Amino acid sequence: MSYTFDFSFLWTYWPQFLAGAWLTLQLSAISTVFGCILGTLCAIGRADGPRWLKWVIASYVEIIRNTPFLIQIFLIYFGFAMAGLKVSANFAAVAALVINIGAYTCEIVRAGLQSIHRSQVEAATCLGLSQVQTYWHVIVRPAIERVYPALTSQYVLLMLASSITSQISAEELTAIANRIQSETFRALETYIVAGVIYILLSFIVRAAFFLFGQLIFPRRRKLGTTI
Amino acid sequence: MMPLNLAQFEYLAHGALWTVGLSLIAFVGGSVLGFIVALGRISTNRLIRLAAATWIQIIQGTPLLVLLFLLYFGIAILGFDKLPAIISAGAALTVYSSAFLAEIWRGCLQSVPKTQWEAADCLGLNRFQRMFQVILPQALKIATPPTVGFLVQIIKNTSLASVIGFIELAQAGKVVNNAIFEPLPIFLIVACFYFAMCFPLSMWSRSLERKLHVGSR
Repeated sequence: MSYTFDFSFLWTYWPQFLAGAWLTLQLSAISTVFGCILGTLCAIGRADGPRWLKWVIASYVEIIRNTPFLIQIFLIYFGFAMAGLKVSANFAAVAALVINIGAYTCEIVRAGLQSIHRSQVEAATCLGLSQVQTYWHVIVRPAIERVYPALTSQYVLLMLASSITSQISAEELTAIANRIQSETFRALETYIVAGVIYILLSFIVRAAFFLFGQLIFPRRRKLGTTI
Repeated sequence: MMPLNLAQFEYLAHGALWTVGLSLIAFVGGSVLGFIVALGRISTNRLIRLAAATWIQIIQGTPLLVLLFLLYFGIAILGFDKLPAIISAGAALTVYSSAFLAEIWRGCLQSVPKTQWEAADCLGLNRFQRMFQVILPQALKIATPPTVGFLVQIIKNTSLASVIGFIELAQAGKVVNNAIFEPLPIFLIVACFYFAMCFPLSMWSRSLERKLHVGSR
């Protein structure tokens, strides 16, 4: 093997790598927020909604979880186009990511909801908490606290999955890497750099989730354990 | 309205077969490599433990898409530039699955109660006997549902092999789309193919899990 590694192109291209990484983080952050809301609502709907709603949500979750993200993103991207809507690649990417992660979040949060004991809800009713208060303080927040580690892993996977949005030409890290390697012909080095950046990003996302968890779950911060 | 003619539909079905084939390659390769990494993860040697953990961290922190490109160009640079795409696709998926399967199986191995390991030691079994006759039979039962669940992930992830030009189901869909440009119906059909492969496995995994919990209650 007579291949010599040459990373000198990094001098000219590092701002582009950085811009790609930044867009990757932005796409992931927006999708995480909206996906979390969508997934939590779906989980509540599936647990306590009317029968038809349960059925709709269950089909949504199964369809999304049993088809590849690549196909989902094509369907959404071309779906917008066929419906006559002009949307940017980034918007289609976020829409696909939200719909995808919503289904996974729903399954995870549902497990959390199931772990809340009935007596907790009864106690809340006895204390005269309204339905909204019961849902927020007694059911949803403790449920999310319990499944928080699983959610963290899922959102790291989401950040990595956002690389697939390069297939509809959203200009995130992988798309940038594709372009740089076609300009520099340094394919292996380019993807090594991209891989290292992704590993760093996954550490950053994990750290951010840990800190956020400390912030929103005071019990975890004070006692160091979950419920 | 059926936008596809029979030949195009057959082409998609043919691609679906390759998806199954690639999934099997990834699963078998990933199992062998993953089992070794899982053993490394619970090794008594600290260096081996660290190496296995690093391997898992690196692979799980990199998107499969980047792994695919890395192996695709890496294998070409090693001088094997005439190899078919299935080699690099299979290698990348093997590497990817190994990290995830290793982490799943490590959990299963460690969930076998410590007393079982100790009892096997007391009976004077050597390490291989202990692993293959005492620990694995018990761990296997716990490992089946999540492993079947991960098989679904592998099938879905083979769709990414399309980016390096391997003609499996997703790539077949793109090729047909380039010919007749009817993206929505074509990718809906492709999605149905994937669903037909993944959904039974998901259901199977779930029923296995239910049975397991009944047994342990």
